Amino acid sequence: MKGRDRMLIFGERINGMFTDIGDALRNKDPKAIQYWAVKQQEGGAHYLDVNSGPAIPTEERVAAYEWMVNVIQEVSELPLVLDSTNYNAIEAGLKVCKRPAIINSCPAEQAKIERVFPMAIQYNAGIIGLTMDKKGIPKDAENRVAFAMELVAAADEYGLAMEDLFIDPLILPVNVAQEHAPEVLESLRQVKMLANPAPRTVLGLSNVSQKSPDRNLINRTYLAMAIASGLDAAIMDANDDDLVDVAATAQILLNRSVYADSYLKVFRAR
Amino acid sequence: MSVTLVKEKYSSKVGEVVLGATAEQGGTRTSTITVGGDSALPFLHFEGEMKNRPVIAMEVTDTVPTWNDLIKNQIGDVINDPAAWAKKCVDDFGADLIYLKLNGADPEGVNRSPEDCARIVKDVLAAVGVPLIVEGCDDAQKNNEIMTVIAEAAAGENLLIGIAEQDNYKSIAAAAMVHKHTLIARSPLDINICKQLNILIHEMGLPLNKIVIDPTVAGLGFGIEYVYSIMERARLGALANDKMLSMPIICTVGYEANRCKEAYASNEEFPGWGDLEDRGVLWEAVTASGVLQVGASILVMRNPAAVKVVQKNIADMFNM
Repeated sequence: MKGRDRMLIFGERINGMFTDIGDALRNKDPKAIQYWAVKQQEGGAHYLDVNSGPAIPTEERVAAYEWMVNVIQEVSELPLVLDSTNYNAIEAGLKVCKRPAIINSCPAEQAKIERVFPMAIQYNAGIIGLTMDKKGIPKDAENRVAFAMELVAAADEYGLAMEDLFIDPLILPVNVAQEHAPEVLESLRQVKMLANPAPRTVLGLSNVSQKSPDRNLINRTYLAMAIASGLDAAIMDANDDDLVDVAATAQILLNRSVYADSYLKVFRAR
Repeated sequence: MSVTLVKEKYSSKVGEVVLGATAEQGGTRTSTITVGGDSALPFLHFEGEMKNRPVIAMEVTDTVPTWNDLIKNQIGDVINDPAAWAKKCVDDFGADLIYLKLNGADPEGVNRSPEDCARIVKDVLAAVGVPLIVEGCDDAQKNNEIMTVIAEAAAGENLLIGIAEQDNYKSIAAAAMVHKHTLIARSPLDINICKQLNILIHEMGLPLNKIVIDPTVAGLGFGIEYVYSIMERARLGALANDKMLSMPIICTVGYEANRCKEAYASNEEFPGWGDLEDRGVLWEAVTASGVLQVGASILVMRNPAAVKVVQKNIADMFNM
């Protein structure tokens, strides 16, 4: 058995799209944000994704984002995934992060690469690289992997370690874009062959089940399939115990971690 | 043309465990021993640090053992006196620490009382300044009785006590925890049970740096390849940040090697096998150097002549 780093869980819950987080941002009341920081850590999250969402006016976003990072760090030791389309907000967050963070995200567009990669190097951060450009998300694996290659080349050029680059091949909701699901799995397989050491891979898992009735089942099933295809990390519901159990069990079934009867419990320990 | 070495990069390392305690630390040892801490596979100094030298514990028993005469003659008269025997191992044979096996506790044999066993432990502690490993007999029930008393009598000494097994670990783990000793967790050549037992003991509250893994070994020619693969898996797990496999490993090499016929059968019986005097030494020494190559931190050995060979092997490999 070749030792491998364990599957990483990025907790998705601190996002302004959720009413309680949106309210927390508007009222400058950290309670809900801090509640979810602690709760997701207890559930098994290794990183916390931080997204302010559309809750607050654009001109206040940088300051609000910095505030979010600070209040999370008051209650949690977990490293953060700074999730915003506003790179000034991300930079404000990076300045106050106590532990190396991950920037979420950078598409395969030259202008954005030039903004994000030097920033990652400066703050010792990782990057989630999206396999898309201005024209949108490709339909097939081949074009996704072509974008991934551009991001790998950028990592090489700027001196970002491959294990700090997380390629996200972008899963879409199965109820409207079913044909993407197998293409994303194939992308995961191919991305792992782009470089040695390979870049890591990540998905915004919950997207696969948007607006479907059996969300949890779809998330679990797709997570198992994706891990088998080469997924290293997922932005996901860290408090869906059955979903975390799937991640732990997939690690065991892929022989990445030595089996013990209490493996589920150990997966959550740190 | 220059050649670039392909190097493995590991995300973690083997945990460090301290054995023994000095007066300032609440014991009476003149020195302590630290094992583990490796950040690569053994002796691959170009890939990572092998922080602490593997050590040799020499085996001393509380009853005269049934070992072959070639070993017993080297030990001499002190074989009747565990304290003097231990001292000879340290002074004359250069043992890093002593492994005291209390076979006399066995209800089928001498059936020594827990208090008598504790007295022997205290005698050996008084005779030598090195850290001590203490194991009981082959009767699990009796071991729980004697180890509870011994752990209390030697409180603070940070003995390495054994053994905890999957179906009998609670009593001895509690004794280690209460009286500040380190525990040997033995699994029957099974990586899954090895990990599970560490989890169970740790759940009771014993810190990971108070546990040493005994994976159970085998002598040369009797399944040592299987031992090697189990130990390799544990070690790769530790280096890949599996905390429940990250403990240093102890190997009862002397016991296993000397159970092999090749280590004791006479020249008359097998004239083609070579002289027993060399054969016995080599069987134990080669078994030891085999497990060293896959990460043994503590070798428990018997034959002083084999100890000498392995001491040189360790020095050569460690200082490469």
